[in-house]
Amino acid sequence: MKFLIQRILFYLFTAWAAITINFFIPRLIPGDPVKSLLARFQGQMSSDAIDSLYVLFGLDKDASIWSQYVDYWKQLFQGDLGLSFTAFPSPVSEVISDALPWTVALVGITTVISFFLGTSLGVLAGWRRGSWIDGLLPATTFLSSVPYFWLGLLAIYLLAGPDSFFPSSGGYGTDVVPYPDWPFISSALQHSLLPALTILISSVSGWILSMRNMMVTVAAEDYITVAHAKGLSDRRVALSYAARNALLPNISGFALSLGFIVGGTLLVEIVFSYPGLGFLLFRAVGAKDYPLMQGIFLVITISVLVANLIADIAYLMLDPRTRKEG
Amino acid sequence: MSEPVLEIKNLNVDYGLGDQAVHAVRDVNLTLHRGEVLGLAGESGSGKSTLAYGLTRLLAPPGVVSGGEVIYHPEKGEPYDVLGLTDKQLQAFRWAETAIVFQGAMNSLNPVHKISTQLTDVLAAHEPQMSAHSRNARAREMLKLVGISADRMDAYPHQLSGGMRQRVMIGMALILQPQVVIMDEPTTALDVVMQRQILGQLIELRERLGFSVIFITHDLSLLVEFSNRIAIMYGGRIVEEAQANSLYRDSLHPYSKGLLSSFPALRGPRRELAGIPGSPPDLKAMPTGCSFHPRCPRAFEPCAGNIPVLGNPDTPDGANRTVACWLHPVKQPVG
Repeated sequence: MKFLIQRILFYLFTAWAAITINFFIPRLIPGDPVKSLLARFQGQMSSDAIDSLYVLFGLDKDASIWSQYVDYWKQLFQGDLGLSFTAFPSPVSEVISDALPWTVALVGITTVISFFLGTSLGVLAGWRRGSWIDGLLPATTFLSSVPYFWLGLLAIYLLAGPDSFFPSSGGYGTDVVPYPDWPFISSALQHSLLPALTILISSVSGWILSMRNMMVTVAAEDYITVAHAKGLSDRRVALSYAARNALLPNISGFALSLGFIVGGTLLVEIVFSYPGLGFLLFRAVGAKDYPLMQGIFLVITISVLVANLIADIAYLMLDPRTRKEG
Repeated sequence: MSEPVLEIKNLNVDYGLGDQAVHAVRDVNLTLHRGEVLGLAGESGSGKSTLAYGLTRLLAPPGVVSGGEVIYHPEKGEPYDVLGLTDKQLQAFRWAETAIVFQGAMNSLNPVHKISTQLTDVLAAHEPQMSAHSRNARAREMLKLVGISADRMDAYPHQLSGGMRQRVMIGMALILQPQVVIMDEPTTALDVVMQRQILGQLIELRERLGFSVIFITHDLSLLVEFSNRIAIMYGGRIVEEAQANSLYRDSLHPYSKGLLSSFPALRGPRRELAGIPGSPPDLKAMPTGCSFHPRCPRAFEPCAGNIPVLGNPDTPDGANRTVACWLHPVKQPVG
């Protein structure tokens, strides 16, 4: 318990540092958002309007950096991340919460499937070395070395098209409205198949390979021989003795990849014009939408930190050696 | 002599197949009798552990048993060949009839499971009708038997010392009351005091429970003290086998003599520690004839030409011992 509190305090500190950096970076970048907004309105704004825009974006020239920093924190606790330029005047938090479910659903579910599929195949491949699964390895390794976006382009080129079952872009069809009913869900599923497949193909081999190698290493341990000598069933030795120990490094890898779900598959979302967070970030960068970028970075940072904390807790539960006595 | 419980007949174990195969165990004949402690000694690489793995069919690839029989005599019923068992039969045979205590006390226990889990899963596998409660009670009883308090049941292996872990392993080995316990250098990783304690405990348990022990070690002095009979291995073959005290007082094979003079006696007159010159043979390129002859101080002309046969020597106690050496012509070959 003490260990857990220590970890949580550590992550709180890291979060504070990340948020502080997140606050300063846009202020260090040359040019300011109001000027780029002015450019969009082509100067048709009064000076009062410009001043109020500065205040609105928290870039009030009269306020000291310290009071800006305090205000930033206050707003953060109210869930206020400022206003987006590109989607002006909707707040950043709204824009992000529109995009987040798409990414979490697509990449999250795919990552979980990829982990379970890859790990199970890895257990089999490591336990029965020289079986057909070993033959699968070079193929999956080849596919994982192909960059995401290229695999995505290839998939669109080969599988998508006007008459194809697979749509080439977007999160749902133009003929449905985003509302949780069956036509919408089925359209969303249909649109997510191709990106999901691309992610799955390129990420699964990492899990297979690392799990297989750990299985091979663990299979040479003395306690595996003892387990065989005890006359336990092959299944029990493979799962409860070998896989149980081999899983530990993969678990931390999995928890870390959970953190990257939110921002990690930028390229897939760009290729498929998927309305997720990655695509949003891409557009925000293109439009110099600082508040939006800042907000997305914040969400990514926090999700990575939370994933790390989950990894710590999972390890604590799975490996008794990491538990402190007392 | 009491009836046999395990008979090893012409056992051959190779690593690898075909021409590249390394013959780690060659034509080994050995009989373990009910209730006895049979010591198996030899240098590193002499094939003693391979023999133990071979006869329990635990060899990891590329190890293969390339010939021979291992006849097991159960308490009731007909003797059978362990090497001919199906996978299912082998699973049932393991631990219930022949348990093993391994060399690495530190790594023999699964680090992520509690001691209790590892003790009871044997019971769950072999006696599925047993209730969880009585499995726990039995595990507790075994811990007590080896002198570990029952509150360590919920401990993880890393919370125990090396000596405690090895005692847990001994308790685990005895949990199904096997006829045969194979000990593969069980105390090598422990300090001398702990060695003594554990061996003393083991001998006491053996007297109480009546199992037979094959005790593998390179420490001949331990064997002289704790075993009934001793077999000496060299280059994959048994070169001498005799009662412990007759081997100690009057060993026939020059290699046994060499092993015996490589450790000091605690009592008695001082003597020169000789050791054995040279190094163990390369199993890939064994010397012709007796594999020990290049290192043997008493080698003479037949040694390099022909392999000596293991058999009863022409000595007063010759009926009770065997040796494979040209110095001691064999009256009655074994096997």
